[in-house]
Amino acid sequence: MSKKTLIVFSGDYDRVMAAFIIANGAAAMDDEVTMFFTFWGLSALRKTDGAGAPSAVKSGLQKMFSGMLPKSPEKLNISRFNFGGLGRSMMKKVMKSQNVMSVSELIATAQEQGIKMIACTMSMDVLGISKEELIDGIEYAGVATYLGEADESNVNLFV
Amino acid sequence: MSASVEELKAIESPAVVDARGVSCPGPILAAKKQISGVVVGNVMEILATDSGTLKDIPAWCRKMGHDFLGSFEEAGAIHLFLRKAK
Repeated sequence: MSKKTLIVFSGDYDRVMAAFIIANGAAAMDDEVTMFFTFWGLSALRKTDGAGAPSAVKSGLQKMFSGMLPKSPEKLNISRFNFGGLGRSMMKKVMKSQNVMSVSELIATAQEQGIKMIACTMSMDVLGISKEELIDGIEYAGVATYLGEADESNVNLFV
Repeated sequence: MSASVEELKAIESPAVVDARGVSCPGPILAAKKQISGVVVGNVMEILATDSGTLKDIPAWCRKMGHDFLGSFEEAGAIHLFLRKAK
């Protein structure tokens, strides 16, 4: 059994999707997988449609950032041809007709497969995202934890 | 890939995984899920429509240590066979 690590920095629907396909594929090949979510990638871990009341009081700017970020994985924008969400809807329609798994289905599968997901606490503070707003079953840590995991890994991707 | 289509078709009652209509990474997820229920030494057949499985299932077998026996296409479906080795 080998190990794979992925950094999910992007909050683009297509990039996040690619990251989860690779992660799920590796887990299906008996690899231990760790995904580290930082900055815009944190949006992928948000509970659907802003569920979860934040525990800490947010500053005005933190409120602004967290308010402007996508509220759930299915609200992430695609990196090209998004056209204010219209392109995303069209792409999702094609994906559905081709039986391609959505990002939320890929996340659920990742959790079933025991993929370790770590949220970067520093970027959570910057973007005003609290633990309560993120899905259950994830871990919270920083760069040293990620580097420790990456040291033991034979594939490391920055998405 | 060693077995001929005739040999593959002659395999009796393999465990069947139906991954038809499912896109990547669906077929390997389905294979991973169902291989645990197969007895070591027995054959598992995967039905798929995603052409990527022709490369992906052999790669999955190499990684997992199972013997890939071969594949054939029939009536719009790809039939892939492997023997659980451990």
